[in-house]
Amino acid sequence: MRIRPHRSHPLWLAFLLHRISGLGLALFLPAHFYVLAMAVSRPADLDGFLALTDSPLVKFAEFGLVFLLAVHIFGGLRLMALEWLPWTGWQKTLAASAVGLAFLVSGTFLLQAV
Amino acid sequence: MTTDKADTPGEDIATQVMKVSVWRGDAEAGAYREYSVPLRESQTILDVVAWIQQHEDPTLSYRYACRVGMCGSCAMMVNGQPRWTCRTHVKKVLKDGGLTVAPLRNLPVIKDLATDMDPFFEKWVAAGGVHHPTRSRHDPIDAVTPDSEGRAEADAGIECINCSVCYAACDVVAADADYLGPAALNRAWTLYNDSKDGGGQTILDAVSAHGGCHSCHSQGSCTRFCPNELNPMQSIAGLKRATAWSFLKGGK
Repeated sequence: MRIRPHRSHPLWLAFLLHRISGLGLALFLPAHFYVLAMAVSRPADLDGFLALTDSPLVKFAEFGLVFLLAVHIFGGLRLMALEWLPWTGWQKTLAASAVGLAFLVSGTFLLQAV
Repeated sequence: MTTDKADTPGEDIATQVMKVSVWRGDAEAGAYREYSVPLRESQTILDVVAWIQQHEDPTLSYRYACRVGMCGSCAMMVNGQPRWTCRTHVKKVLKDGGLTVAPLRNLPVIKDLATDMDPFFEKWVAAGGVHHPTRSRHDPIDAVTPDSEGRAEADAGIECINCSVCYAACDVVAADADYLGPAALNRAWTLYNDSKDGGGQTILDAVSAHGGCHSCHSQGSCTRFCPNELNPMQSIAGLKRATAWSFLKGGK
């Protein structure tokens, strides 16, 4: 995918990341609730499904999920601060910090999981 | 880049030539046409467009006036980015020995590189961007306090030259024809903070309606490309706060 020239700057990429992570989480949530509901309706199936979480592939996918969640939280906090608090001139730094913190949180999760 | 002889009489030094793709057409249809233009020292994009019009094709249409970055007439898309062409040096934007010049994005094309600026200026008015006087000519002049907080906010945004670069850079403008755009909202914010302007609530009503400041996604392209280094995103954030507090305090 080629980013068009007028979009090739950090805050537009921060917007894109916030939108992609939001859509990714919106797609994940129904599946999450469906699996949770199995605890009530089909406990045996749930245990079988949860066994999948031991596979390295699923653990890596969980790392991706935690990253999306963290980057959406920190990116969202940046936007709320931008809109509600007195203006600060270091928006690019804050956006980069959101990505850095998200990697820190998701990386810590991955190290705990393996 | 190829090498060619300079066309200026008396100048026989070898001159480098760049390939320039210029969008030619009108509101109905158009296409890029390529021109070979001599590369010069201290050459701006506007110089390139003028050279093509004077030496290659006199039917090329474009708009400019002051040539020194004050009037806001000559903005175009250069290599896909909106820029004031009179103060954009070729050497800073030349890519693989070539340039692409197109009319400003998000505005109707009249012909070639000239766009219809009417929607842009109509939105200035729609955003409440006209002076709302508080005194008549018979009253004493209302002194401006330079170091007041409101004046500092207004001063930060008043150097706008109406070039529409921010309007062309904005993806929300591209997606929503009703969105007022960064320049109009920046203007509204400067007036809102102007102690001589009495239209505070009128401005807040205008900018909080459909297509107003709350449509902004804070992508920051306006601030990234503003040639005068203004910060429309900051102004729009100020309007978002002011309209939200107005709603919470007074229900409107």
